[in-house]
Amino acid sequence: MNRYLSIAILCLSFVLAIPAQAETAANNYRTYCMQCHGLKGNGMGLNIRDMSVQPRDHTDAKSMGGRSDAELFKVIKEGGLAINKSALMPPWGDVFSDAEIQDLVKYLRKLCQCSHEG
Amino acid sequence: MQAGFRTGVMVLMVASLLWGASISWAGDRGMQLLQQQCVSCHNLAGPAPATLSELWQRKGPDLFYAGNKYRQAWLESWLQQPKRIRPAGMFYIDHIKPGTKRDVIDPSTLSGHVKLKADDAKAVAAALVQLKGNTKLIKAETHRADISPGPLGEMMFDKIYGCMACHEIEPGYGGLSGPELYTAGKRLQPEFMLSYIRSPQAWDPKIWMPNKHVPDDNMQKLVNYIIALSEENFDE
Ligand code: HEC
Ligand code: HEC
Ligand code: HEC
Repeated sequence: MNRYLSIAILCLSFVLAIPAQAETAANNYRTYCMQCHGLKGNGMGLNIRDMSVQPRDHTDAKSMGGRSDAELFKVIKEGGLAINKSALMPPWGDVFSDAEIQDLVKYLRKLCQCSHEG
Repeated sequence: MQAGFRTGVMVLMVASLLWGASISWAGDRGMQLLQQQCVSCHNLAGPAPATLSELWQRKGPDLFYAGNKYRQAWLESWLQQPKRIRPAGMFYIDHIKPGTKRDVIDPSTLSGHVKLKADDAKAVAAALVQLKGNTKLIKAETHRADISPGPLGEMMFDKIYGCMACHEIEPGYGGLSGPELYTAGKRLQPEFMLSYIRSPQAWDPKIWMPNKHVPDDNMQKLVNYIIALSEENFDE
């Protein structure tokens, strides 16, 4: 009886200890990025009316192609200031795991249909 | 003699039981209203959504820490005269559509809030302030009303930390994906604001407000700036 109980408790503690489940890049983009970068990812978001610096058009192959994957990773994790851009682009390091950010970088590459042209 | 004493004690016990019950009956009226009319949209027990799909389905703000978040006087008056706080609703994606210059709110998808009569609002507000989730987070904060933001307040809010990208600081100016902050000083306890800015994710793990890692002193200035905004009575 006691043994069953401790096994049950052990199982439960595993269930409770499961780390926050990773979300897909599409769902993360929808929740966190579209508010500024827009439903279509073209920079025409809900919030832009009074912003002094406008969000990047993620569908623009030219400007997005100018950034390496490492730079995209850095700007998502640490925000605009980390790459000498506007503080209006927020840091998301407290929301995403590194793996989720890597997925977002790949997602951005699909949106712009571009790769880095070093 | 003995039997008479025993009956007397019994009567007293029953009477005090009934009396206690009637007191908690009055105190629980607010809780009863909450259970009847509000739980369908508001989470009174916690925890906050842990996944995006839970977040997207949330129908109203979590209230399980209402007693650590709101000012009671504000609750009482807002419940009688609710005014929109989140310009684009609970999950903004559900309430916007592409426009010519930018995505715009689709008002046809938004509805008004249930209104309470004065005595119901009073009872509900009294019940809400008993809900004390996340007390540990609140205890960690000390509000310093003496740290004046001066002209730096708006500068920080708009430029340095970019808070205005998501929050309105007067009707018609600012971002729309977060709650308006021009009445927040009347709505929220200062310690809640400090704690929420320190870590939005500690309150609501999946929320789309980033942690901007604002140093302590500047956090006090931002909060005092928000309090000063509400004294301009933009909502009246
Ligand atoms: C509060 C508004 C806001 C939100 C939310 C936001 N961004 Fe941005 N983002 C901006 C602004 C403004 C810029 C332009 C910065 C500049 O040009 O100085 C930008 C620029 C960028 C850039 C281009 C950086 C460069 O210069 O190459 C990338 C990439 C980016 N954002 C990704 C994201 C991702 C991914 C998300 C969601 C996780 C996101 N952004 C959410 C406002 C926002
Ligand atoms: C149909 C769903 C629904 C019901 C039922 C409902 N609410 Fe709400 N409530 C909401 C939504 C949505 C908001 C956000 C309004 C806004 O942002 O303008 C809200 C906001 C609030 C707020 C302000 C919280 C904040 O942080 O903005 C309080 C307090 C509140 N409701 C209390 C109640 C009480 C008390 C009841 C029951 C008498 C109730 N609600 C019933 C959906 C509901
Ligand atoms: C990318 C958008 C975004 C940015 C940038 C942002 N916020 Fe928020 N903020 C939100 C959202 C979303 C919420 C919570 C909405 C909810 O509870 O329904 C919120 C909530 C708040 C609240 C609590 C309001 C309430 O009624 O519950 C305060 C205070 C606040 N933010 C202050 C700030 C400050 C100060 C900054 C800058 C340091 C900032 N925010 C930057 C989106 C943002």
